[in-house]
Amino acid sequence: MTHIDASGLKTAGISIRKVNLSYGSLQVLKYVDLEIQPGEFFAFLGPSGCGKTTLLRVIAGFNTPQSGSVTVGGREVLSLPPWKRDVGMVFQSYALWPHMSVRKNVAFGLEERRLPKDEIGRRVDKALELVGLGHLGSRRPSELSGGQQQRVALARTIAIEPTVLLLDEPLSNLDASLRVQVRRDLLAMQRRLGLTTIFVTHDQEEANTICDRIAVMKDGVIQQVGTPMALYDNPVNLFVASFLGTANILDGAMRTNGREQVFELPCGSRFPVPDEHRTGAKLFFRPQNARLALAGDQAETASVRVKGKVSHKEFLGASVRYGIRTEGGEVFADIPHARGEAHLPDEHIVGVDVPLSRVNYLPA
Amino acid sequence: MSSITKTDLADRPGFAVRLGGVAFGQYAAAGLIALFLLAFLVVPVLTVIVAAFQDKHSGAFTLINVYDFLRNELFLRSFWNSLYVSLMSVLWATVLALPLAYITTRFAFRGAVMIQTLGIIPLIMPPFAGAIAMQLLFGRNGTVNLLLGDWFGINLPLMEGLNGVIFVQAVHYFPFILINLSTSLRNIDRAMEEAAQNLGAHGFRLFRKVVFPLAMPGYIAGASLVFVKVFDDLATPLLLNVQDMLAPQAFLRITSIGIADPIGYVIAVVLIVFSVFALWLASFATRGKDYATIQRGGGGLSKRQMTRLDAVFAYGVIGFILAIVLAPHLGLLLLSFATIWSYAPLPDGFTFAHYRTIFGESSQLITNTLIYATLAGIIGVCLGTAISYLVARTKVIGARWLDFIAMSALAVPGVVLGMGYLRTYYAIELPWGGSLAAFWGMIAIALGVRRLPYALRACSAALQQVSVSLEEAAENVGATKARTIRRVVVPLMTGGIVAGFVTSFATAAVELSATMMLVQSTADAPLAYGLYVFMQSPAGRGAGAALGVLAVVIVGICTYLSHVYLERRSAPSRREEGA
Repeated sequence: MTHIDASGLKTAGISIRKVNLSYGSLQVLKYVDLEIQPGEFFAFLGPSGCGKTTLLRVIAGFNTPQSGSVTVGGREVLSLPPWKRDVGMVFQSYALWPHMSVRKNVAFGLEERRLPKDEIGRRVDKALELVGLGHLGSRRPSELSGGQQQRVALARTIAIEPTVLLLDEPLSNLDASLRVQVRRDLLAMQRRLGLTTIFVTHDQEEANTICDRIAVMKDGVIQQVGTPMALYDNPVNLFVASFLGTANILDGAMRTNGREQVFELPCGSRFPVPDEHRTGAKLFFRPQNARLALAGDQAETASVRVKGKVSHKEFLGASVRYGIRTEGGEVFADIPHARGEAHLPDEHIVGVDVPLSRVNYLPA
Repeated sequence: MSSITKTDLADRPGFAVRLGGVAFGQYAAAGLIALFLLAFLVVPVLTVIVAAFQDKHSGAFTLINVYDFLRNELFLRSFWNSLYVSLMSVLWATVLALPLAYITTRFAFRGAVMIQTLGIIPLIMPPFAGAIAMQLLFGRNGTVNLLLGDWFGINLPLMEGLNGVIFVQAVHYFPFILINLSTSLRNIDRAMEEAAQNLGAHGFRLFRKVVFPLAMPGYIAGASLVFVKVFDDLATPLLLNVQDMLAPQAFLRITSIGIADPIGYVIAVVLIVFSVFALWLASFATRGKDYATIQRGGGGLSKRQMTRLDAVFAYGVIGFILAIVLAPHLGLLLLSFATIWSYAPLPDGFTFAHYRTIFGESSQLITNTLIYATLAGIIGVCLGTAISYLVARTKVIGARWLDFIAMSALAVPGVVLGMGYLRTYYAIELPWGGSLAAFWGMIAIALGVRRLPYALRACSAALQQVSVSLEEAAENVGATKARTIRRVVVPLMTGGIVAGFVTSFATAAVELSATMMLVQSTADAPLAYGLYVFMQSPAGRGAGAALGVLAVVIVGICTYLSHVYLERRSAPSRREEGA
């Protein structure tokens, strides 16, 4: 049993090595390898069934992998039961005990640690103060709003001063209007406490806005780990590219033209490819990086140009999203909207221009 | 739910215009129901209460009867015995139910469903039917003690005096606790437990601080029911020849001294007070504690894999409990085929003679039972449907009172209701001679009133499933209120109505508290009464056991058929709803 330093929270890194977990023949986690730095705000992002919650529960001790290792602050935890891990978890449903008052809920973990009564009182006050619920200690959970319940759940976990904090879809049970506020509060609190935090979500916006780094998961496999911007700009595969936003993908072929590496589209146009992308098989760009060129516009030299026809458009306010039917499939282009500007009619012939510096290549 | 429905109705334009004609029908129905409840529930119970505080001769108000009761050593002992037996029965029922509930809901365990089902079986047999079989199995000279005596030279006083009552009642009523506790345990979200583990709790502390408090409301609901049932039960103590308990004393006073004897009524009042008090205490203790914490997508408590040692232990416990619980059934079956079974672990020989006896001489008992139970079921569902409709869908003033009064039958012991009928209607002569209280129809009515709460709850649950817009659609295309109810509402409620009917029928078929008071001639006696009479003499035991087996079979078949019917009905409609 580690002792908790009463003066402040300790913080610890987490390393996950070759973790495999399956239910019968269904493999839920496949060779998961992950390094989370002390003090980092980290996200597990992916669609439902990708294994993100399972991985979180492995760290908390509620799921046991068949093989692999998990260390928290350098201590191997897989052999420990959940109650000896000092890993704080906030449940998706909050899991507040309805038969206990808010104070009793928050004091629970401290009582389990057999702390002296006055210290329990002091730390409960501190935790409730931290989440701004100092005045509601005597209420029952059922008398609180969803947002307040969530803050109680957070206070209950923070009170034990865990070495890491695990949040399982913490915003999913809140109203849309509340989510933005709560995620800011979460970030502010995490920064103040400096607590290593893992945030599980299926919403890329949530992950992008508050997390330092994200692990994108699919089918039990970590697809890519990186900062939100790195993942958005330089996805390593089609899944990551399209999960984090709208992705335009064009098929083509990588060819060697003398000393130069080029990418050739079905329409025949070719562009030089930097060396690091020589293994790519598909061209990728984001809609806001494209511009539309009308007949007669000069193609810019350092850019990809694809010809097509306007198939439909959506007015989004700040921009117009054009769908362009090209020989290699449909692509989207977001064009900023200026006041009074007329939009292109359907079937209008246009060229889609993307500067070479803003395209990327993905494996097949 | 129903309050929303009512405002919906009130808001409908045109509703007030038609109110005159429609409301007349509704008020007429409400009036008839009120009359029925008044005549067969409220007045009889009030008569009993009044009689307890009336001077035997002058009819003036007096507390002398209560004083007599308190001064009499026998009655005080009876009171303490009843209280002791009820509390001990709750305790032992808990001992039987807790491991079964815990093991089957907490562990990945093959046969959990079977155990839960087997555990319910005792309920379909009248408790007193098993009493004699238990006597033969666990009594001083019963199978178990004969074997124990042979092997170890010991004799367990399992069936001596009050112990016997406690044992029989605990084995009979523990399913109430099992069902309620299992439901509560299953409704606890696993995150509740995981959150506690995450914060450092485990093992018994986790169970004590989180799991058990969350399951408490279910436990209390079951335990209070067991308490009331045992406290009010008449037949089991009588059959085991235990007379110094309250219900038997009330019965004996009325049958031996007569319906004018006020002490019987004082005892009845004590029975009512304690039943109401126990139910009130339970509802007070569980108020605002709907702890069903299960979340969408979440599972109940995580089911743990058992180690080999766990499994051996669990199967051992379950096997032991099931052996005890099913013993009266097996004993009864053995007894019904036995030639002579006395001072021996097993009967001396086997025969079909008892079955021939009951089919030959006592088929009247079976016919009576079927008639009474059917009538009771019909009374239950007719009143249940009407009351639930009046409460949920109309603005009839006092509809809620009808509901409340009908439900209050739950707290009226059968003995008390029987005494009330006797006292109220004894003086009324039937046109064809004889007293109204002795009329066989009164037995059916008493059974119907006693089972009304179950039927009513089943009917109102069914009505909640029928959307108001379905009725509005029928009225929109031209159906009158009455025709809408007949052609749309009642057909859609069929599932609930059938469930209510079967519950009423099955429990009425084995009732023997009100029946005991009201049966005046053997020609009018139902099966349960016949069983009781047979069991009085050692010679009649075989035939009595055969009747008991028959009762179990009748109730079992009815329950199974209704189960099949409801399954078949719900299967296609589920598909439609799913689409």
